[in-house]
Amino acid sequence: MGYTLVYTQVLEFLPYLIKGAWISLQIAILAFFGGMFFGLILATIRTFGNKVSNKIVICYVTFFTNTPQLVQIYFLFFALPEFGILLSPYIAVLLGMTLNAAAYLCEIQRAGFLSIRQNELDAAKTLNFSLVQQVKYVILPHIMRVLFPPLSNHYIIMTLGTSMAAIFGVEELTGRAFNINSETFRSVEIFSLTALIYIVITFIATFLLAVIGRYFFKAKIRIIQ
Amino acid sequence: MERLIEEIPNFFTIWNVIFLAKAMGVTFLLTAIGCLVGFSVGGLLAIFRKTKSIYLLPIRIFIIIYTEIFRRVPFLVSLLLFFYVFQIIKISDNLFLIATITVCIIATAYIGEIIRSGIESINQTQWDAAAAMNFSYYQTLREIIFPQAWKVILPPAFGFFIMFIKDTALASQIGVMELTFAAKILNNKGFSPLLSFGTILILYFILSFPLDRFGKFMEKKLASNRN
Amino acid sequence: MHQIEIKSANAFYEKLHVLKNIDLNVDKGEIVSLIGPSGSGKSSLLKMLVGLLIPKSGKIFLNKTLINFHNQSDLRNIREQIAIVFQQYNLFQNMNVLKNVCIAPTKIQKRNPKEVNEQALYLLEKVGLQDKLKSYPDELSGGQQQRVAIARALCLNPQILLLDEITSALDPELVKEVLDTIRLLASEGMTMLIVSHEMNFVKEVSSRVVFMDDGSIIEINSPKNIFEKPSEKRTLDFVGKILKEK
Repeated sequence: MGYTLVYTQVLEFLPYLIKGAWISLQIAILAFFGGMFFGLILATIRTFGNKVSNKIVICYVTFFTNTPQLVQIYFLFFALPEFGILLSPYIAVLLGMTLNAAAYLCEIQRAGFLSIRQNELDAAKTLNFSLVQQVKYVILPHIMRVLFPPLSNHYIIMTLGTSMAAIFGVEELTGRAFNINSETFRSVEIFSLTALIYIVITFIATFLLAVIGRYFFKAKIRIIQ
Repeated sequence: MERLIEEIPNFFTIWNVIFLAKAMGVTFLLTAIGCLVGFSVGGLLAIFRKTKSIYLLPIRIFIIIYTEIFRRVPFLVSLLLFFYVFQIIKISDNLFLIATITVCIIATAYIGEIIRSGIESINQTQWDAAAAMNFSYYQTLREIIFPQAWKVILPPAFGFFIMFIKDTALASQIGVMELTFAAKILNNKGFSPLLSFGTILILYFILSFPLDRFGKFMEKKLASNRN
Repeated sequence: MHQIEIKSANAFYEKLHVLKNIDLNVDKGEIVSLIGPSGSGKSSLLKMLVGLLIPKSGKIFLNKTLINFHNQSDLRNIREQIAIVFQQYNLFQNMNVLKNVCIAPTKIQKRNPKEVNEQALYLLEKVGLQDKLKSYPDELSGGQQQRVAIARALCLNPQILLLDEITSALDPELVKEVLDTIRLLASEGMTMLIVSHEMNFVKEVSSRVVFMDDGSIIEINSPKNIFEKPSEKRTLDFVGKILKEK
């Protein structure tokens, strides 16, 4: 014992940490939308593809959801150079998170496809909706309402996952906490402050997602669980 | 590729195999203890969270803050925070213990939420009927709510176990000798990263896949039973 | 003797004023029916009597004893004496028929399991379900579930039975079997409060009929009077509309 927590020194680094949080946010958003895109392709193949392509997608999803993202990125970062592919830490993390997200987001989006009810489509057809109108007025609103809560949830998980980038030397929020730690040795103060920043940014994200979900998609998301 | 094939016999020596098996045991143990503690303490949190008594309000507020915090801080950051806190208070410098405690604390927050939403999935009518027949809160939970809610709780709980098998990889960062740390050591010894990390990817898969299958199987079975 | 006395009771769901200045006495052996449009507070009144809705003001006496709804032992006491059958049956989904009937008497009232079992078998036979003892609620029809719920309530040996729109979730052909069960109980002298939309049934079994609207009691009258010459205009409107629909 005998250790007193002193935050004054660490607080000087707050702007530096907050800039790091922007980089975390950047990684989370890029990887999320990258994952959405690849996940959508995978989900489409899974829904409409033949037996062989189905199996490939299933293997991909099973592999990525059953192994740690950290080790996947290690693999990209350290093993790919053996094949002459050198990735910068930032790109390796971004790529790893995107590939990983694609597997989860494929499953989530596929569940959305499967939730479209045939009778709603039939009703739309009897009302003489064109295909575009069916998609616009029936399919999309329905899918978004079903998909929005699990997607939001996964986005928050991914925001937390970006802290892994620090291990590879990316100077996002956790990476910057590492830097300050080796400079000041005020470890508990730094990591508690960093934790607080993560709590704040995920709260802001949940709040915004809840507002967007409620007003655009009539999807209910609780801000505090 | 040729180099890789040459390396394989040297890599899978008895020493290395035992080394990796032990590391796999540590990964498994971390997850298992975390989930066991998470289930019991998380269950208690869920039970207290649904109480109504005004005297328990401080406990409910504490539970809400606790679950919100630990579900909003990255595992890596929590782990490092606990690591340094333990260094200050000097209770123990056992890295495995520190990692286990962190896993338990986080697992409790997540599993508590899973159990709570399981409890909430049971229709209010069941509570009303029980209350009108003089069941106490705990009798209602034991006799009526949990026997129905476990079907809702188990599938996401399995998803969570898998998530934790994978998240324990981060314990390598404080030096716990689990699978990922073992791979880093082998890599540092000069084995190719392709082989070291490739092997543990497969080992993680072996740990996680059966749980994944079992969880999905149960989800399907329970869903069809309910309808 | 008044078995239940309600004196100017008020109750709220969150901000909604669902029961307004309710005054009602029920004597032993009486069958009082509550009628009125949906949302008029009939079900809330029943729920209040078993403490599922706590009155904000007013006094409620059970057998001359004032009930304090914030006192756990008072709540236990009223629930010992008053049993309720819900509109949606509310059977415990994880228990078979026999267990549903036996659980509260054995586990809560701590009665002799063998004696409870015998009573349960007797009651289930009385409601015509002796061959469904091991079935689970989701394997039964609505009418069967409702009869299990009635047996479950009776097995608690209550002095008073509350029936909350017990036929409204049932198909017309199932209504008769449930109402026959109630007629049987009525003939045995059980005190009952019944919320029902089956006006013919209400007319037949009730000692008195209470008409409620918008959370208030508008009129209490004999069944003959309430349907033929009600003293309030709102009762007349409601009864007229209901009878026209039939």
